[in-house]
Amino acid sequence: MARGALRGKTRMIAIVASVGLGLAGLAGCGGTVKSASGDSGSGAKKCGNFRIAMNPWVGYTADGAVVGYVAKHDLGCTVSYVNGKEEVSWQGMNSGTVDTILENWGHADLTKKYITQLKSVVDAGQTGNKGIIGWYVPPWMAEKYPDITDWKNLNKYASLFKTSESGDKGQLLDGDPSYVTNDEALVKNLKLNYKVVVGGSEAGLIQSFKSAEKNKTALLAYFYEPQWFFSEMKLVKVNLPAYTDGCDADAAKVACDYPPYNLNKLMSKKFADSGSPAATLVKNFQWTNDDQNEVAEYIAKDGMSNEAAAKKWVDANQDKVKEWLKGTGAS
Amino acid sequence: MSDLLTPQAEAREKGVALSKEEQPYVEVGRDRHTGWWLLGTVAVWLVLFALFHGHDTRALGLQNTTGFHEWLNHRRDWIQLHGPDNWFFGGVLGHIGSGATNLVTAFQNLLSLPSLGGVVPQIGWLGVIALAAWVTWALAGPRSTALVVVALLVFGILGYWADSMDTLILTLLAVAICCLIGLPVGIAMARSRSVSAAITPFLDGMQTMPAFAYLTPFALLFGIGSATALIITLIYAIPPLIRITEHGLRSVPETTVEAARSMGLTRGQLLRQVQLPMARRTIVVGINQAMMAALSMATFATFVNGPGLGNPVNLGLQNNNVGQAAVPGLVIVVMAITLDRITTAASERSEVLSRSGVASVSGPGVMLAGVVLEKLPRWATESAGKGAKQPRLTPAGRWTARLVWLVPVLVAVYLSRTFLGLANFPTRQGWPFIAPIDRRSLQKLINNVTNWLVDHIDKLTLAIKNDVTRVLIDPLQSLLASSPWWLAALALVALGYVLGGWKTLAPTVVSLAVIYLVGLWNDTMVTLAMTLIATLLVMVIAVLLGVAMGRGRRTDTFIRPFLDAFQVIPPFVYLVPALAFFGVGRFTAIVAAIAYAVPIATKLVADGIRGVSPTTVEAVRSVGSTRWQTIGKVQLPMAREALVLATNQGLLYVLSMVVIGGLVGGGSLGYIVVSGFSQDQLFGKGLAAAIAITALGIMLDRIARHTAARAGR
Repeated sequence: MARGALRGKTRMIAIVASVGLGLAGLAGCGGTVKSASGDSGSGAKKCGNFRIAMNPWVGYTADGAVVGYVAKHDLGCTVSYVNGKEEVSWQGMNSGTVDTILENWGHADLTKKYITQLKSVVDAGQTGNKGIIGWYVPPWMAEKYPDITDWKNLNKYASLFKTSESGDKGQLLDGDPSYVTNDEALVKNLKLNYKVVVGGSEAGLIQSFKSAEKNKTALLAYFYEPQWFFSEMKLVKVNLPAYTDGCDADAAKVACDYPPYNLNKLMSKKFADSGSPAATLVKNFQWTNDDQNEVAEYIAKDGMSNEAAAKKWVDANQDKVKEWLKGTGAS
Repeated sequence: MSDLLTPQAEAREKGVALSKEEQPYVEVGRDRHTGWWLLGTVAVWLVLFALFHGHDTRALGLQNTTGFHEWLNHRRDWIQLHGPDNWFFGGVLGHIGSGATNLVTAFQNLLSLPSLGGVVPQIGWLGVIALAAWVTWALAGPRSTALVVVALLVFGILGYWADSMDTLILTLLAVAICCLIGLPVGIAMARSRSVSAAITPFLDGMQTMPAFAYLTPFALLFGIGSATALIITLIYAIPPLIRITEHGLRSVPETTVEAARSMGLTRGQLLRQVQLPMARRTIVVGINQAMMAALSMATFATFVNGPGLGNPVNLGLQNNNVGQAAVPGLVIVVMAITLDRITTAASERSEVLSRSGVASVSGPGVMLAGVVLEKLPRWATESAGKGAKQPRLTPAGRWTARLVWLVPVLVAVYLSRTFLGLANFPTRQGWPFIAPIDRRSLQKLINNVTNWLVDHIDKLTLAIKNDVTRVLIDPLQSLLASSPWWLAALALVALGYVLGGWKTLAPTVVSLAVIYLVGLWNDTMVTLAMTLIATLLVMVIAVLLGVAMGRGRRTDTFIRPFLDAFQVIPPFVYLVPALAFFGVGRFTAIVAAIAYAVPIATKLVADGIRGVSPTTVEAVRSVGSTRWQTIGKVQLPMAREALVLATNQGLLYVLSMVVIGGLVGGGSLGYIVVSGFSQDQLFGKGLAAAIAITALGIMLDRIARHTAARAGR
């Protein structure tokens, strides 16, 4: 029995080895026929590789798709996308595997670490998108209880928001673990009769709003704009005490709304200094929340591929794209 | 026939004496009044709870951190700042990282990416299918070959050719490296008890530590991309292989080893000529398990820009599109079943075995998550033994046949390098009949079915969620998490002692101390409550399904494919439907855990029921027992050992879903791990939560293991 088994093993090794050798031989031969079609225009040499971080939310995907599309078609860059969470993408710019992040939400700690201390990342200006973070209710609630949009009335309605997770208090559904939240402090400092329940993902938030609107159940949740979901459902923001400069300085004592975010772009220092036309494109890139939502909707709602969605928008907005291409040398 | 053999039971049957360590300290059959002791402990706990609840619960706010968490942050910052210049981090690990990247890229150029200067990979789809078919035919026989060809065509038709090639590359490379490292380690562990004792805790940690916790640090050390993806896959896949190799070598009968030794074999000869060949089948099971584990990391790889099927799955999740995530998820299922089938058939083929259906041979020695030595799709492999019979040819004849068949294979490879249509999988637009079969129509179908279900039953499912939460989750969570930490700790130590004896004391105390010291006591207790309830529900379902499967072949054949699918489908696929049915909350996290843990527990129960001797069942029936009496009084009690093992496995599978639960409202440790992965300043807290999960896992495993050892008597 032992001998038979041994023979079996030798055979397996022989087969694996012969296939391996064969493949190695093939690889050695190089591409035979295909290399002929490898050229992709004369611009290719000028731009070279352009690696865009692809952070995991649809709005970002819209930015990445459109900038990537323009870089590829008008500048002849070899575009590649680096999938990862924000953290990982910042790290990638530092270590040289990522060239740019096209939509950045604040991140004072990362800014300090990489821009101020390590000096490996530079700010590339604003995207034109305005980021809003806040508490939202589904449209049917705002219609039925118009005064709910004022935080002072939240306690009046707290019993509506009771769920299995919040006990005898109202539920404030928090969300995406990616974002910093002051909600626990806010609930405490505004003396609201609510309990923060963590949803844990954007999918959880979106699905909760869908169910709430469909079944006409109450929901108060942390959400943000720009977001493609707004094109499907017009969520209504609850107004917290207005944000003033520095009112959120002490995280434990915060009792005001989240600050408005002017979303910005980032580039690795090396890429910014490389003189690549793609770096100029990133600096010039600017659009509105509506623009982004339009592309995000093509992707998330209509199920278009990133490239098809980008092409559709770019073809319809040539004037904006022309602005972005200024100074890149593209005609 | 006993499908389920713990090492003890095996040893008992063969009349081989157990080593001191494996012997339980209690005598056979002594009545310990465990039930009364349990009740007593709980009663005392409840009294003290009434007095002290709400004090010293060690709760920590969402964004709050402790000194330990900050310390971990500082370590991370140091590596970020100084890592690249450091000889170890930048030098050694940096080189490992770039080596791994180059390795993966080389294979990608061969199979999935446009290779240098070209627009298509070196070998197109036709060549890959031909080569894969040839290798499978040579190793595993014609039936497996047919399966491989169909599977590969499915990948292409659904439009995931390149992604599935990438996932295959990562999986197979990881398994190859696993074998290079894992086999020697397994051999060393089998040879020496002290080596085994030294390495086991590391394996425990590697299997229970959630991948989310070490993704960021590893991306830091090895760079973003395929290197990190390969290495995290390796970490998760190697423990089963090592454990099973050790188990296989140890299971070689002592008498055989003695006989060989008396013939004057050296240690090396003994290993090569006796132990390895005799343990070979078990080792192949280990490779099989490593493969399944590697594949289950495919969806995580995407978070560090790893290539493969994880990308489309996550894209679907981002877009809240069930169908979009489910189709690549199904591709992963098909891939898992195919790989499982090939390795099983290959191992069966070279060794004609009279034993049938080695469904699970795991025992307390190899209990941690995912280590069940389990042959995945029985329904697919059952016929393999028969189908894989070799044609009666001499070895020389067989080699000639193989070489002859290699010619058309090489022609196919050549063609796939020459014609674009044979290199890139065709899009089939305008083809008759086949054109509408693609990923979009499948996506739409899945979405329509899900939406219809959600529209019709979500009120019912939401009500179930509310009731279960109120009746089960809230009371237990309040008992565990609102008790002062010292009370909960004492109670857990006492319960562990009552269930598993004094051997549970050390691991329980150490685990609880770790949990306390990492500063996440309260969150861990919430997680523990959810874990226990999920395990309870898993066992209820597993016993119901398992008994039905164990008693009826046809039920088994019907249910098993669903179990297989749920065992390998990435959880990200069913998160959105779970949210739609149950809303955000702890119960939804429990549902996700149940979906993952029920298959393994059910299979173990079914095997246990089937293992009850048919003569006994016949005898009971002949004295006029009803069906329910037979099940309740004979089959379930006699399958007690299997039930305990199923509970243990169910528990650990549930625990491995804690992080996924954190994504759907489970909160507590799972959410902390995820937020630590996403927020720079919570990195340390996330890592601490991962450590707490590992400690919890080891504690529960040890208690269950010692309870199992007692119940087995």
